Amino acid sequence: MNKSLKTVKPYTKQSLITYVMLIAVFVVTLILRGSGNMSYMMQDLLVPLCVYAILAVSLNLTVGILGELSLGQAGFMCIGAYSGALFSNLMEEAIPEAAIRYPIALVFGGVLAAIFGILIGIPVLRLKGDYLAIVTLAFGEIIKNICASVYLGRDAEGFHVSIKSVSDMNMASDGEMLINGALGINGTPKDSSYEIAFIILLLTVVIAYNFVNSRTGRAVMSIRDNRIAAESIGINITKYKLITFGLTAFLAGVAGVIYSHNFSTLQAVKFDYNMSILVLVFVVLGGIGSIRGSVIAAVVLTLIPELLRETIGNYRMLFYAIILIGMMLITSNKNIKDKLSGIFKKNKKGEVQ
Amino acid sequence: MGLLSNLINGISLGSIYAVIALGYTMVYGIAKMLNFAHGDVIMIGAYVVYLTSVRAGLHPLIAVVVSMLACTILGITIEKIAYKPLRQSTSLAVLITAIGVSYFLQNMALAIFGANPINFTSVVSVPAIKLFDGQIVISGEASTAIVVSLIIVIALSIFIKKTKSGKAMLAVSEDKGAAQLMGINVNQTISLTFAIGSALAAVAGALYCSAYPILSNTTGAMPGIKAFTAAVFGGIGSIPGAMIGGILIGVIEILGKAYISTQLADAIVFGVLIVILMVKPTGILGKKTSEKV
Amino acid sequence: MAILEVKNLSISFGGLRAVDEFNVKIEKGQLYGLIGPNGAGKTTVFNLLTGVYKPTSGAVILDGENITGKSTIEINKCGIARTFQNIRLFKNLSVLDNVKAGFHNLNKYSTLEGILRLPKYFKTEKKMDEKAMELLKVFGLEDEASTLADNLPYGKQRKLEIARALATNPKLLLLDEPAAGMNPSETQELMDTIRFVRDEFDMTVLLIEHDMKLVSGICEEVSVLNFGQELAQGKTSDVLNNPEVIKAYLGD
Repeated sequence: MNKSLKTVKPYTKQSLITYVMLIAVFVVTLILRGSGNMSYMMQDLLVPLCVYAILAVSLNLTVGILGELSLGQAGFMCIGAYSGALFSNLMEEAIPEAAIRYPIALVFGGVLAAIFGILIGIPVLRLKGDYLAIVTLAFGEIIKNICASVYLGRDAEGFHVSIKSVSDMNMASDGEMLINGALGINGTPKDSSYEIAFIILLLTVVIAYNFVNSRTGRAVMSIRDNRIAAESIGINITKYKLITFGLTAFLAGVAGVIYSHNFSTLQAVKFDYNMSILVLVFVVLGGIGSIRGSVIAAVVLTLIPELLRETIGNYRMLFYAIILIGMMLITSNKNIKDKLSGIFKKNKKGEVQ
Repeated sequence: MGLLSNLINGISLGSIYAVIALGYTMVYGIAKMLNFAHGDVIMIGAYVVYLTSVRAGLHPLIAVVVSMLACTILGITIEKIAYKPLRQSTSLAVLITAIGVSYFLQNMALAIFGANPINFTSVVSVPAIKLFDGQIVISGEASTAIVVSLIIVIALSIFIKKTKSGKAMLAVSEDKGAAQLMGINVNQTISLTFAIGSALAAVAGALYCSAYPILSNTTGAMPGIKAFTAAVFGGIGSIPGAMIGGILIGVIEILGKAYISTQLADAIVFGVLIVILMVKPTGILGKKTSEKV
Repeated sequence: MAILEVKNLSISFGGLRAVDEFNVKIEKGQLYGLIGPNGAGKTTVFNLLTGVYKPTSGAVILDGENITGKSTIEINKCGIARTFQNIRLFKNLSVLDNVKAGFHNLNKYSTLEGILRLPKYFKTEKKMDEKAMELLKVFGLEDEASTLADNLPYGKQRKLEIARALATNPKLLLLDEPAAGMNPSETQELMDTIRFVRDEFDMTVLLIEHDMKLVSGICEEVSVLNFGQELAQGKTSDVLNNPEVIKAYLGD
């Protein structure tokens, strides 16, 4: 055996560092919270931070590993959030135990998002680059608009649906409103806790690393690097694109479920394409293809503006925009990159961080 | 009568989309990039019109000219700073940068003008046209939009077919390298494309906000995306295609709003985009390309 | 029996007949050359053999199996692997992973087994690593196993592309201008490598090349294409001395 293979493989090393880092941060936050040294604002941010980190890691699989730009992340999150919340609301009596109901809701929301992801992926993944980006954006907006225009209620006679108005549903006056059009879903049980959200984030990161460093990940990355060569060695392009797209949608759906069970009200407006772009910003600034970077960027870029809300609150997106443009110019322009690589040592190994 | 009235409104809105779509289609054809920020140039253009006409009290037409100049400079600057350095990069990098520029413009406007929308004063002083004893009223804004967009499309077609710069644009869109070898200044041609596209965006901004008089920092985003849909619909790179696509999208949107649901009208427009891209990705008047092995 | 038999293979692009009634028969273990002036349709023949283009008419028979009209992926599974005129490596993958990607259809485990790190993952990955290192040794790339493919020098990139193609365990290896851009000593080394591959793996090789030294040095037989049509075929030394062939290369 060659000696480079006997030592710990780069992927394994990178993933271990990330796991240790994540757990350390988790423990520190728990201690801070337990000892009363954490502000309420910060406590309220813990779950959303995990949600954003999951979204970023999952989008990185499509953008960084598959190399295709999807702007539909918010749409998949929306499907997860709506289906998960609806499930929990309907099952609150049938399964009163949150410890059983919530995990089912998580899987349900994730699977439904994945199904949508694959159904959308089958036609759209033939498209490339800009066209794929705009079509995924379109799908995201369609999902949001449909969710925002649905009225769903239940009374003694059963379910009532309308896309027009509450009165159009013909529901009995004592009926229960499940989805109230643009007002969304109310009264979802607040089952999400920081502990659960963190465990799911950790699982997401493990899944992402294991995915990348496997036969599937290799196939996906070879498609990214050279589609024609990948085909020439017998790799099924469509299959691996769909797997990646489906996994991204699944994880985004799960993030949506966590999100919807963290607040008691849920509105589809939240899931517009600006949310997708925000997650893309995390992925790009964290380093395209870097899983650890996605987590760090999601956390830091969510925290900083919250902490500096008083001072730069209104300007935070302006800063993001400038950093985003600057980052792309630095990393994608050969001249600028070469100049900088003289200053910073270049990462020459094919490591996914 | 209701249908006819809606059709006219749709054509009018579609004409504005067409003017925006021209910017997309020219830039895409020549620089091979989706200028995601194009919609936000519209918004900046509308703000400039507002500042010069309402705040500074100049004649609306002068305001539009000033806005066209401002947007031209903006467009050329954006291309120079953000897009030109990435000409050899992947489309992913360029698209993300364009999204960055879009965010930059939106948030710049937010920082300057604040989050509260402004009531835009129409720049159009053409009287409304009444048909069928007043059963159908075509507003001055609507008729102006249709006439202006027609003039622009015809003028632009002539410009590209007859002038040297126009032919240079065609050459660059066919083959950048070959055009350069034939002595065409590619950088200048791309700048010119951005300049024309941005000037048209200013016109579109004035027309759009005259018809829908609420102006905020995100005003340009949705019309921008819909106009891109229109450009794809008509076939990216085709000027008559942008016009046809724009009008179809406008009509679909207005009819969707009138007969199906206001909330779902946008979803229908996007649905149309998806169907077109699936069935005929090159659009109605587009050309087919494939990768060489 | 011939490992590859091509019968009247033709393709038209619009009105242009890029390849017209091409015929060839290659025996197992042969080193066969496909030569001709630029634009003669050589790479198009490769693209037809590997399913990138579908032929307008004609048949391709690989080891007795008719593979005409199959997809690139199926054809690779049937046993044709190739390299490209303009090198197409997985630039951001390590040299080792480039070869391991070639094992994709030979050593399998599912996505789920990979994500859950089930025993089959470890077993298969270990086997792949060992096989890949063996293959890299053949090409003298074992010390660069963890280097990014993009950071390899040009000559080694060409070799890695051949190694990756061989990893798919083909019956027939197609090399598209393997010596392009190489200096004479690199070309000499490449000729040795190609011969070694033939002997070691019992491989049949069909190669496109402009370097006549390489062609006359290692190819036992050649076909000459000109304007999509076959100009000559036969033993290398005979064909290269054929006045028609010389005329096609040098012009009138």
